[in-house]
Amino acid sequence: MIDRTLLSALLVALVAAPAAHAAMFEAESFTLENGLQVVVLPNHRAPIATQMVWYKVGAYEEIRGKTGLAHFLEHLMFRGTKETPAGAFSRIVAENGGRDNAFTTHDFTAYFQNVASDRLPLVMKLEAERMADLVIDDAVVVPERQVIIEERHMRVDNNPSALFDEQLDAVLYQNQRPHDPVIGWESEMRGLETADAQAFYRAWYAPNNAVLVLAGDVTPERARQLAEQYYGPIKPHELPSRVTLAEPPKVAATRLVMKSPRVAETRWSRAYLAPSYLSGETRYAYALQVLEEVLGGGASSRLYKGLVVDQGIALSAGAFYDPDTRSLASFGFAATLKHDVPLADFEAKLEAIVKTALADGVTADEVERAKSRMRTGAIFAQDSLSGPARMVGEALAEGRSLEDVQSWPDRIGAVTLEQVNEAARLVIHDDFAVTGVLLPQPAS
Amino acid sequence: MNARHTFILAAALVAWCGGAGAVTIEAVESPRGVKAWLVEDHSLAVVTIDASFTGGAVLDPAAKAGLANLACDLMDEGAGELDSSAYQGKLEDLATSLQFGAGEDAIGVTLRSVTQNLRDSAALLHLALTQPRFDAAAVARVKSQLLASLARDEHQPRAIADRYWREAMFADHPYARRLRGTPETIAAVGVDDLRGLVRDRFAKDVLLIGVVGDITPDQLKPLLDQTFGDLPDHAAAASPPPLKMRTEGEMLLARLAIPQSVVVFGEPGIKRDDPDWFAAFIDNDILGGGGFSSRLTEEVREKRGLAYSVYSALQPMEEGGVIAGGVGTENARVAESIALIRSEWQRMRDDGPTAQELAAAKTYLTGSFPLNLDSTGRIAGTLVQLMRDKLGIDYLDRRSGLIDAVTLDDAKRVAKRLFDPAALTFVVVGAPADLAGAREVGAGGG
Repeated sequence: MIDRTLLSALLVALVAAPAAHAAMFEAESFTLENGLQVVVLPNHRAPIATQMVWYKVGAYEEIRGKTGLAHFLEHLMFRGTKETPAGAFSRIVAENGGRDNAFTTHDFTAYFQNVASDRLPLVMKLEAERMADLVIDDAVVVPERQVIIEERHMRVDNNPSALFDEQLDAVLYQNQRPHDPVIGWESEMRGLETADAQAFYRAWYAPNNAVLVLAGDVTPERARQLAEQYYGPIKPHELPSRVTLAEPPKVAATRLVMKSPRVAETRWSRAYLAPSYLSGETRYAYALQVLEEVLGGGASSRLYKGLVVDQGIALSAGAFYDPDTRSLASFGFAATLKHDVPLADFEAKLEAIVKTALADGVTADEVERAKSRMRTGAIFAQDSLSGPARMVGEALAEGRSLEDVQSWPDRIGAVTLEQVNEAARLVIHDDFAVTGVLLPQPAS
Repeated sequence: MNARHTFILAAALVAWCGGAGAVTIEAVESPRGVKAWLVEDHSLAVVTIDASFTGGAVLDPAAKAGLANLACDLMDEGAGELDSSAYQGKLEDLATSLQFGAGEDAIGVTLRSVTQNLRDSAALLHLALTQPRFDAAAVARVKSQLLASLARDEHQPRAIADRYWREAMFADHPYARRLRGTPETIAAVGVDDLRGLVRDRFAKDVLLIGVVGDITPDQLKPLLDQTFGDLPDHAAAASPPPLKMRTEGEMLLARLAIPQSVVVFGEPGIKRDDPDWFAAFIDNDILGGGGFSSRLTEEVREKRGLAYSVYSALQPMEEGGVIAGGVGTENARVAESIALIRSEWQRMRDDGPTAQELAAAKTYLTGSFPLNLDSTGRIAGTLVQLMRDKLGIDYLDRRSGLIDAVTLDDAKRVAKRLFDPAALTFVVVGAPADLAGAREVGAGGG
C-alpha cells in the first residue's frame, strides 16, 4: 500500500516526529561542577561516536517581536569563534571524516557531530569553544539572515500545507509558544539584528543550561575525562528567569479555511489541546499515545480502516499526538479527502467513528494489540547510533529524566483500557477544536 | 526544525561510496541455491533483510508506465488467504516493517523484524512474493491514492522541475518518464499486468539479498529457502533500450507564483563502473557535495546568502550517469545564483581542485563512510548496492585505498572530462526576475 506517512506528512503539519520510544539501553549520567549535565550511551557496534549538545533554550525564550531568533542563533553558531575562524567549524569536522548539523524547536536547540570515535576529543574541543567564545558580528549576521529567510521561503512559503499549518498552530495556541513558528514570521526575521543574537547567546548559552550526550564507541570513564577536560573550564553564569506561559481555556470551536491554487486535493484536520509529558494533566500522556495508535496509528486503525479501506471516502486518514513538549500537546485527526466526496459527508462519517469510540470506548483487544506492537517496536529505536542519543537529549533538555526515557515501554505496558477511554473523553471535545480545511482553488 | 545541512538528504541518490569499518561480510548460500551476504550483529534482537530484483521502472511498457511502482504499492495489500486488512493486521501485530519500492533499475523490498518474529514475518514476505492477491478493491483504492499523489506533484515546484529536467535530458528513453506513471498509463494497468510483473521479474537469477542483524548463517540458510526458494530460477529476458543523453545545455522556465524559485540543473555524468569514478566523486564533493563548505555552498550561501541549500551530486544509473544539482533562491536573484553555479563549474573544469581540497575531500570521504553503517537497515542496503555494482565482498576493506590513490592529476583530468558549463541544462520553476534566454514551458497546474 502507499506509505501513509508520506501522504499524511503533507496534510498533518501538527504531527511531529514519532514520540521517543526506547527500551532499556545502557546509560550513565553525571553533572560537572559548572552544571553541565552529561549522559553517556555506550554502544560498541562500530568505532564511531556521536556528540550532541542540547541547550535548554528554544523559540520559547524569544521576546515579543523577535520570532526566529533562537533558530537564527543556531545558524550563527557555525560562523566562527575567537579560536576558529568563520566557516571553519564544519570544514574541520569534515576534514576529519565527520558530519555535523543542528536543529531548533520551541523547547531546545541541539548541535551534533558524528565522527570516528578517535576524533571525539577534537569535536568536543570545537563544541566547547562555541559554548562560550562565539563571535557574532555584522559580517556574518547580514548574509546569514538572508539564508534563514530563504530557508523560510523553501520550507513554508513555497508550500501551501506548511503555510496553513502555521496558521492553524497560531489559532490552536492562543498564548503558549507554538503560537509562533520556530522559523519566525518573515517581517520579524528581517529585523533580527547582531545585538539581538549577541544578547540571546550571552543570556542562555552556558554549561549550566546544557546537556552533553555522548553515544557510541566511548566508555563512561573516557567520556568523563574528556568532558572535564574540554567543558570543565567553562564558567557557568546566572540564567534569566524563565517565563512559563499558560494556555487560557478554550471556549470556542474554530474553523480555518484556506484556498490555494497550489493544492490538488482537500486536506482536513481537527486538533484539540491535550496534556503533554510536562503540561496539563500529564498522567494521561501515555494513555493518549495508545489512543492515537488505536484510532489512527496504522492500516488497521479505526480511522484508516473505516474511512480509507471500508468506506473509501478518504485517501489517507490518521491521528496525531506528540507529548514531547514543554507546552500543551495537540491531539487530533487528519485526512485527505477523495476528490468527489462532499466535505460535510466526510466530516459526518469521521465524527461518527470518533463518537462511537467515545460512547462505547475502544476495546480491550485493541488496546492490548496497540501496546504490544508499540513495546516491540521500541527496540527499533536503538537500531542506530543517534536514535537513543536524540531521545535522551530531548527528554533531558525539556526537563524530563533518564528514567522517564528508559521506562517508556513499561509505562506504555501499564496503560489500562479505562485510562485510554478516560483520556479520550478528556481531550476530544469538538466544541473547543480547531478544524482546518485546505481546499484546491482552480486557477483563474 | 531541521536546519543547516539538511539538504544532504536531497542528494541521497549519490552512490554510497566508501571505506572500511568493523563490518565483516559473509557469503551464504541456501540448500536451494538462494545467495545472500550476511553481516552478523547480535547486539540487538533485530534483523533486516534487503532484497532487490534487477529491472525496475525502465522495463515498464510505455503505455503502462508506473506498473512497477503500482505493483510495489500493492504487494502488501493481501496474499494467499489473507485479504488486505488481515495481512496488514498480521504485520502490525508482529511490529514488522515491510516495504516494497520501485526504482528506475530495480525493485526492492526491505523487511525489518525483531528476532522473535522473524520467521512469521518472512513467511508473510514469502506469501506476498508467491501469492499476491491484487483484489479489485485494493487495486482501486491504491490507484486512487496514486492518482492523488500524481496530482499533488503537479503543484510541487521541485517535482515540476525534476520532471522537465528528466524529459530534457533523457528524451525518448524510459528514464525520461515519470516513475509512477501518468493518470492514463495507471488506468491502463490491469490485474493481468500486475500478475505478469510478479511472474516475469521476481526470479532468483536477478535477486540480490543483504541480511544484517541477530541471525547466524545456519539460521539464515533455511530462512532464505522458505522465503525466496519458491521463486522461479529465471526472470523473463528484458533489457532497457540504450540511453542517449542531451549534451547541449538549455534553460527552461516554468512560471509559478511562488516566493522562491526552485532550480534543478545537471548534465551527463559517469557510471559507477567507470575507471574514473573516484576522481569524479572527489571532484563533485569539492564542487557541490554534502560534506562541508563545498565551493557552491561557499559562494552561493555563505558569502551571499542567496540560498539555504545548493548542491550537486553524481547519480549513476545502469544505463548512464548524470551530475545533477539543485538550488532554491529568491526570485530577484535567480540569474545571479545561476551565473555563480556556471562560473564554479567553469573553474572546476579549468583548474580542477587544489592539492589542499583534494586532501581534505579524501579524509572526509574515507573517514565519514563508516558513519553510514550504523543501523541494520543502512548496512543491509549497502550490501545490496555492493552486489549490484559488482564491487566484491572485500570492497569495504579496499575502498579507502582506492580513494587515496586518486592523484591531483587524475582529479584535474577528470574535472576537464566531466564538468562542462555549456552542457548544463537548467530548469527554473518560479517567478524569476531577469532570466535571459529561457524557453518557457507550462507549469502543469497552478
